Parts: sequence; structure tokens; C-alpha cells
Amino acid sequence: MFKSLKIGVITTLLSFAVFSANAATLDDVQARGELNCVVTTGLAGFAAPDENGRWDGFDVDFCRAVAAAVLGDGEKVKFVPSTGKTRFTLLNSGEGDILFRNTTETMSRDADLKLTFLPINYYDGQGFLIRKAYGVSSAKDLNGASVCIQTGTTTELNLADFFRANDMKYEPVNIETNEEGIANYSGNRCDAYTTDASGLASTRAALDDPSAHIILPEIISKEPLGGAVRHGDDQWADIGKWVVNAIINAEELGVSSANVGEMCASAGDNPSINRLCGTEGDAGSWIGLDNKWAVRVIEQIGNYGEIFERHIGPNTPLALERGLNAQWTDGGILYAAPIR
Amino acid sequence: MEQSIYKPGEHPNLPPPSNTVGPIAWVRTNLLSSPTNIVLTVLSIWFLYEIIPATLEWAFLDAAFTGESRDECRAKAGGACWAFIGERFNLFTYGFYPAEERWRIDLTFVLLCVALLPVLWDRCPFRKYGLYFACAFPFIAGWLLLGGFGLTPVDTDEFGGFMLTLVIGVTGITFSLPIGILLALGRQSNLPVVRVLSVGFIEFFRGVPLITLLFVASTMLNYFLPTGTTFDLLLRVLIMVTLFASAYMAEVIRGGLQALPRGQYEAADSMGLKYWTSMRLIILPQALKISIPGIVNTFIGLYKDTTLVIIIGLLDPLGVGRSSLADTKWTGLSNEMYLFVAIFFFISCFGMSRYSLYLEKKLATGYER
Repeated sequence: MFKSLKIGVITTLLSFAVFSANAATLDDVQARGELNCVVTTGLAGFAAPDENGRWDGFDVDFCRAVAAAVLGDGEKVKFVPSTGKTRFTLLNSGEGDILFRNTTETMSRDADLKLTFLPINYYDGQGFLIRKAYGVSSAKDLNGASVCIQTGTTTELNLADFFRANDMKYEPVNIETNEEGIANYSGNRCDAYTTDASGLASTRAALDDPSAHIILPEIISKEPLGGAVRHGDDQWADIGKWVVNAIINAEELGVSSANVGEMCASAGDNPSINRLCGTEGDAGSWIGLDNKWAVRVIEQIGNYGEIFERHIGPNTPLALERGLNAQWTDGGILYAAPIR
Repeated sequence: MEQSIYKPGEHPNLPPPSNTVGPIAWVRTNLLSSPTNIVLTVLSIWFLYEIIPATLEWAFLDAAFTGESRDECRAKAGGACWAFIGERFNLFTYGFYPAEERWRIDLTFVLLCVALLPVLWDRCPFRKYGLYFACAFPFIAGWLLLGGFGLTPVDTDEFGGFMLTLVIGVTGITFSLPIGILLALGRQSNLPVVRVLSVGFIEFFRGVPLITLLFVASTMLNYFLPTGTTFDLLLRVLIMVTLFASAYMAEVIRGGLQALPRGQYEAADSMGLKYWTSMRLIILPQALKISIPGIVNTFIGLYKDTTLVIIIGLLDPLGVGRSSLADTKWTGLSNEMYLFVAIFFFISCFGMSRYSLYLEKKLATGYER
């Protein structure tokens, strides 16, 4: 009797929590006047606080973009730093409204953890970092190498698969964190270091002489990174989705923070740009916002290319090439659905 | 050789033999007294010779104290890059607290010292008023840090750095001692309900790792609360840390209570003292005195455990440090960061441990002769 009562109470509470999560996130955010955005506690180029405690980075800019669209001001974001273990619970329990935390979209996360993923904003993949002095130019030449690898990650499995598929041998050097990886690699305890390519770039930048190391061209796994929201609020998911799409479309259409005022001042010849600018059609009302939502995003944050250049592009210490993340018109696979 | 002759009792004191005093004798007795000790001494000197110059070189002689980024540091010197710590010092100290409100944290810290003085030092002038102030301090500190009533409100998620460590550490220490005492007394109570509840509480919180409790605080509780009622994360953490430390404290104090001879309890009873009076006047003063090393040990452990909050995304000094390393300007400077944070924790913990020694000496009446 007592036990069934207890179960009943817990079920009621749980279902209450689930139902309350169904309430319109947009209304909550607008009433609060602040967007709660789940980010990492620190990853070079993607999210990190500067000396004044202001968060900055690639993921952070996507948070600001959503705030600019929804609240009109990209600064109205409260960043919720999260670890790999707490990120999804923070989102699902309602402490975060949206998540941009270099998170790989996988089926289990999408379906089992009840997340709705936003369009992919960074195509990452596992690669190798190695000393130039070895003269290795391809990962296929790594037979017999010792490789530093973070235990308990999908990268471990990818590494084993890659070497088995190519009929090569390797000697794993197990590490726990990226810092440990840097220490082991620079201390010559492993020949190569493997993790996501963006992580390798920041690792390389942290080494004493980055130019003495190269990232091999082979990418041995798919790591599509994207934002996410919790299940149950489709309107909110649409807002996140179209903010990301608008940022990508803006680059494709040549609209940047520098020229958005001019290009969006009045309806021009290109209907795609007009729809993005809100000078034609009624796209804003479809997602519960006004028609200038995308203009605010581009004005305050910029288009995809600008965000990329600012934080992780060739002129930053990470020095990442666009590669897969170039527009589909430039040989990449960035292909955003049109706003129409 | 002729010797002077003295009358009995008038012989002047002779100087001690030269091989028992002075630095040479000290070296001989302490460092070179046996072959094993000679080997150990030589090894130690060699070890220090290897470590100290290299450390000094890295930390001071070849270190860069100014610079805008790691690359500028590296261009100047091959050793430590302290410019990183310098630039981030405010972040390490105040966390994300708004810059124009940081004076409130400084003021709170000064008031904390003022409040601690009469508590820790019994010959402090105006001690009585000081103790009143110490009782009021938690409310004043809460007002200053959180704002409201005339001050700009600041959310607790903007707390961070050393300030966060102090908030969690001081709160945990202040509240875990009284709760621990009550639990320890409850565990020895004659009333079965009180005893069972106390034992249950203590065993539960001692049996669960602190990380688990922090996870429960940060994630589980939210599932049971409606989304509208946000129950502050820092408050949840403070409660969990305090309860966890209380359980340990209770066991330390129970040790002190059990070390008292049965006769002390019986003497108190035979004086006709009521329970609380006898506890206050006879049992607890002695039990707490015995428990001081254990109590301070628990305090130090609790203080260092505050770094675990990084797991749930609160940025304590270590968290701030790790985030700062993710700044592309400063990547790869983890040695400097960890050393800096270690020095902060060492100063705090060493201070606590010295104070406990002072207290033990002061209270060591009757047992040491």
C-alpha cells in the first residue's frame, strides 16, 4: 500500500515535470527576458570566458544569435556551463532553454534522450596529430605507431576500427583528459594523438612549436555537431532550427553584418534575400517572431563565415580550414534549407 | 695538569662538550648519525639540488610577468607565463560577478575577517559585541552578495572563483559544526526515535559519495520540482555540502563524547543538572576539546571538496582555470594555473591547521605536564 502510494507520487511528479516542460519555451524566455543557453565549461574556440568573464566562441555566438532573434538583443543570454555528463539533464530539466555544446548528433541522443537536434553547424571528425619530423603524410602510414587516445570515448572505438580495416597495428597510450593528452604527446610518450579534428587544432595550438606538427588529412569518423532543444516544444525547435539556417543562408546569399543594413533596407531583386530580410513574405510569424528576426541575428552576430573566421578560422590560433564546413557552392556540405 | 679545588656546591657550571652543541653537533646528530642517515642526507641534498634551481629558474628567473598572450610570453622567456594569471586574476577571484559590484565581495571579505576575530580569539577587545556581529554576519553577507534592498541583485550563477570556494567552504563549516553536534548527541540519545533518525541520517550521508549528492542536487531535484519554481543551484549545493560535512562531523564528535570517562556523565547527573545544561557545561567542552584535530581535519577536507562542484558546472578556481585554458590566447599554460590554485588552497588549509594547533595548545590544561 505504502509502496504503491510512493510510486504514485513519484509518477505524478515526473509526469508533472514532463507536462510543464511542454509549456511554450518562447513565452518563458520572453517573460524572463533572458535565454538560458547550455555551453561547455571551456573548449578552445567554441566556448570560453575572456578575462572579464564574458563568454566567447563559436557555440556561444549561436546562443547569442537565438537571443538576438527571440529577445532582440544578443547580450541577453545566461550561459549555463555544463560538463559532458550534465549537459542533457540541464536541458531536459528545464535549466537550459537550448544547448550549443559541441555535441555530436547521434540516434540515441535524438530518440532515447528525447532531444530535438537543430541543423548541424559544424562537421567534425576524428583525425591524427603527428610530428612533421616523422615525414608521415597519411594516416595509412601509421602502422606500428603508438597513439594517445582518450579512454571511454567513441574515438577509442573508431581508432580500433580504422586500424583493423586497414590491417595495421598500433599501440594505444590511454589518457583521461585532453590536457593529459597534450602532456603525453609533447613528452614524446606517443607518436600520434587522436581526437576530433577541431580538438586537434586547439591541441596543436597549445604546443610549444605548432609548426612542427601536422594534422593528417584522413578523417576516420563522422562527428556532426549541432545545437539541441528538448522534445515537446516544436515551435521552439523551429526557432532554433531557422536561426541556424538563417546564419548559413546569409553567407550563401552574401549577406553579412557589414552589409545587412544596406541589403535589407528595402526589397531588392533577389527574393531569397528579401525573405531573409523580412522585406517580402511573412516568415517571422511562422515561428512566432517578427519579420526582422534574421536581420537582428546577422546585424549582431554575423553570418556563418564571419562566426567561423572570428573564432576558429585560419586567422585564429586554431587555424581550421573550412573543409567540409564550406558552403555547398564552395565544395563543402553546408546546405541549409531555404527560407520560404 | 693542575685543577682548581672548589667547595661542595660552588663548582661553576662548565660549558657543555663542544660535540653536543652548535651547528656541527646538530648536523651530526640529525643528519649523519648512522650510515642510513648519511645516505638519506646525501640523496636529499642531491634531490634538492636537482629540483630547486630548476624550479626557481622556471618560476622566477626565466618567467614572463607581462604580455598579452601566450605567444608574447614565449617570445620573452622560456619559463612560466604569469601574465596569464595576472590578466585573469579578477576572474579567479570574483568569478563572473559584475565588475562594478565587486566592492561588495571585498567588503564581505573584510567583514568576514572582522566577524571571525572575536570567534577565534578569546582575548579580542570588545569580544561580546564582536560575537553579536558574528551572529549577524551571515545575513549581512547574504545581503551584500545577493543584493536587493537597495543593492543591485546578482544571481548566484555569477558567483565563481575563490569567492565561490569561500562561500561554499565558510557556509559548510559554519553550519556543519552545530548540526554535527546535534547529530552526535542524537546518536547517543536514550530516545529511540531521535537515535534511529540520527543514525539513519549519518549513515546515509556517509555512505554516499559527495559527487553523487552534487549530481542529485544539480539534476535530479529539478525533475521533482515544477519548471517555474527554480530552486537556486548554489543553494542546493550548499545544503548538500553542509549535510555531507555534518554527517562526518557527527562521527568525529561522537569519538570525543565516547572518550570521556563515564564518570563525567554520572557526575553531571549527580549534580542534578538537566540534560542540556550538563551537555553545555560539562560534557561538550571536554568532548569538543578532544575532537579538535578531527574537526579541523573535516573542515579542511570539506574546503578542498568544494572543487568537486566543477562536475556540475559551477566554476570554482579550478573551473575558472580550466575555462581560461580554453581561451585560444592562453592555451597550454596548465602548470601555471594549477600551481596558482594550489598555492591558494595551501594557504587556506595551512592557516586552518595552524589555528587548530594553537587552539589545542591553549586548551591543553590538566593533561600535559
